[in-house]
Amino acid sequence: MSVATQDTAIRTGRVVRTLIYLVLLLFALFYMLPLYVMVVNSVKPLDEITGGGMMNLPQVWTFEPWLKAWSSAQIGVEPTGLSPYFWNSIKMVVPAVAISTVLGALNGYVLTKWRFKYDTILFGLMLFACFIPFQIVLIPMARMLGLMGMAGSTSGLVLVHVVYGIGFTTLYFRNYYAVFPTELVRAAQIDGAGFFQIFWRILLPSSGPIAVVSIIWQFTNIWNDFLFGASFAGADSQPMTVALNNLVQASHGVKEYNVHFAGAILAALPTLLVYIVAGRYFVRGLMAGSVKG
Amino acid sequence: MGFLDIDNTTKSYGAVEVLHKIDISVEEGEFLVLVGPSGCGKSTLLNMIAGLEEITSGEIRIKDATMNGVHASKRNIAMVFQSYALYPNMTVGKNITFGLEMHGVPKPERDNAMNDVAKLLQIEQLLDRKPGALSGGQRQRVAMGRALVRNPDVFLFDEPLSNLDAKLRVDMRTEIKKLHQKLGTTIVYVTHDQIEAMTLSTRIAVMNGGYVQQLGTPQEIYDTPANIFVATFMGSPAMNVLPAKVAIENGKPTAQVALHDGSLTSLPFSQDNMADWAGKDILLGIRPETITDEDAADRKSTNIAHMTNRIIVTEPAGSDTFVTMEMGGKDVIARMRSDAEVQAGADFSFAVNMEKAVAFDPETETRIVP
Repeated sequence: MSVATQDTAIRTGRVVRTLIYLVLLLFALFYMLPLYVMVVNSVKPLDEITGGGMMNLPQVWTFEPWLKAWSSAQIGVEPTGLSPYFWNSIKMVVPAVAISTVLGALNGYVLTKWRFKYDTILFGLMLFACFIPFQIVLIPMARMLGLMGMAGSTSGLVLVHVVYGIGFTTLYFRNYYAVFPTELVRAAQIDGAGFFQIFWRILLPSSGPIAVVSIIWQFTNIWNDFLFGASFAGADSQPMTVALNNLVQASHGVKEYNVHFAGAILAALPTLLVYIVAGRYFVRGLMAGSVKG
Repeated sequence: MGFLDIDNTTKSYGAVEVLHKIDISVEEGEFLVLVGPSGCGKSTLLNMIAGLEEITSGEIRIKDATMNGVHASKRNIAMVFQSYALYPNMTVGKNITFGLEMHGVPKPERDNAMNDVAKLLQIEQLLDRKPGALSGGQRQRVAMGRALVRNPDVFLFDEPLSNLDAKLRVDMRTEIKKLHQKLGTTIVYVTHDQIEAMTLSTRIAVMNGGYVQQLGTPQEIYDTPANIFVATFMGSPAMNVLPAKVAIENGKPTAQVALHDGSLTSLPFSQDNMADWAGKDILLGIRPETITDEDAADRKSTNIAHMTNRIIVTEPAGSDTFVTMEMGGKDVIARMRSDAEVQAGADFSFAVNMEKAVAFDPETETRIVP
């Protein structure tokens, strides 16, 4: 009796499951369509695109657009390609991510393990930073950078992104450390470890998942930022996003769509890469602390 | 001057005083257990000795040196935590030697100390493992190893056995006691388990509501509890406390106690000074094991009272049978031999060892001292 019912259950399940997977596959294909368009058009000659074959596979495969986008396309007034701007972005992103993550970890450590009066209020205020729109800080920030003599420089951009990111990184690390057993810190205190020794030797080695979350989040946000880059960067410190805009918005000559597509993919590649390498830790880190065990 | 002195020490959080003028002096080699219900302040007191909580007023001294304001790492104490608090990212060996490393002990000495402790606790084969790969009992040993390796003046244990299952807890209890006898170190041990307190300690401080209710040897605490709280907290099942009236019969003071049907029985006191309370109400404290069947009455006792009362419930527990009856309007538990022929609903003849009975003043709830 029970065996029979179980059988039917599986059979109906199979039909429904096939349907579900079909629908999911359709959605997935639809979702992948832009990527398909970008990749396909970045490897075909320009006349195939202007001829109206946007969706077709290339008849002649060429990597010329990629090379051009990287090293010789006209960006603004110089035919440099995107490569110098790519390095500009790297020079901005790496220190900004590193500094904001370390500061966030330190903040989280202090806010949970070295509690002081009004620490929750301070944390609440820091959380506000997560909700401040970019536009609001543009003009005051420009003035501050000017006063500090950092206007138009990479270090100025790093500072802006660090300040803006601390709210998020502090939130991550504080919540992660809130469930980190305080007895461990006390044991280390009795063992004679100091403030930074406890941080480096006890807390940080256990912070892998949340550090990955913080790094991915900060990397993606800072790499993809356009507004701060466009507003505060000088001619020789413009990040990739601004350069891509200048490439695509160029008002003279023929619009080389294939080069634009290749450039856009180049600009998106690093964040994609970060997700692929560390993505599974991302979910694990976001879930950490929410479930016991 | 003891080895560890807690002198008039209080602790306040803002305006709230949670520990009130604690005065305890511990001799070298003593095993002091702080016992009490949750929130009685025992862990706070331990943390103050450890230097993890500040002392609001008063003084704590170790070897006659004041510890007020001295950092936890400089007090030469070691602590075993309830959750063991092993560093998850370090191997067992690293866990044990971390404190020595922080104190600047060179590596060869650290390794020697680690090997000695590992041998003592039989955890040599675990030294390269991470704490996550250990069982509860093994973690407990490592936590003790981490404390032992420092060779501290005072060991502090914060409910170290409460995370273990029942059987392991008994084993580790014996282990701790053996360790104490072998090393002769001074130990302050916090627990809420009165059996741990009784079995391990050389002295017990029973705490409640931020006060030390009584400080004494396990025997003193058990036989002559200072008040009703101590009497009912220590011992399992708890001491029976029932209302009684003092009367003089044949020139001797007796307690008049109502039985299940309202009739009175006379239980003669061994303490002559109870005559002063003639005609007054008191609370009578009788331990369950002092109420037995006639055959099992203590032959050495000079004061066995007899009474017949109805049995309400019997609870055979294998080694003993617990019998519930009504006296003075309260449920009273007697601990009988397992082969005593008791039956629920039947009348039974009980023997009460009144030598062990204690009387409490119902006003102050303190024991009436003979």
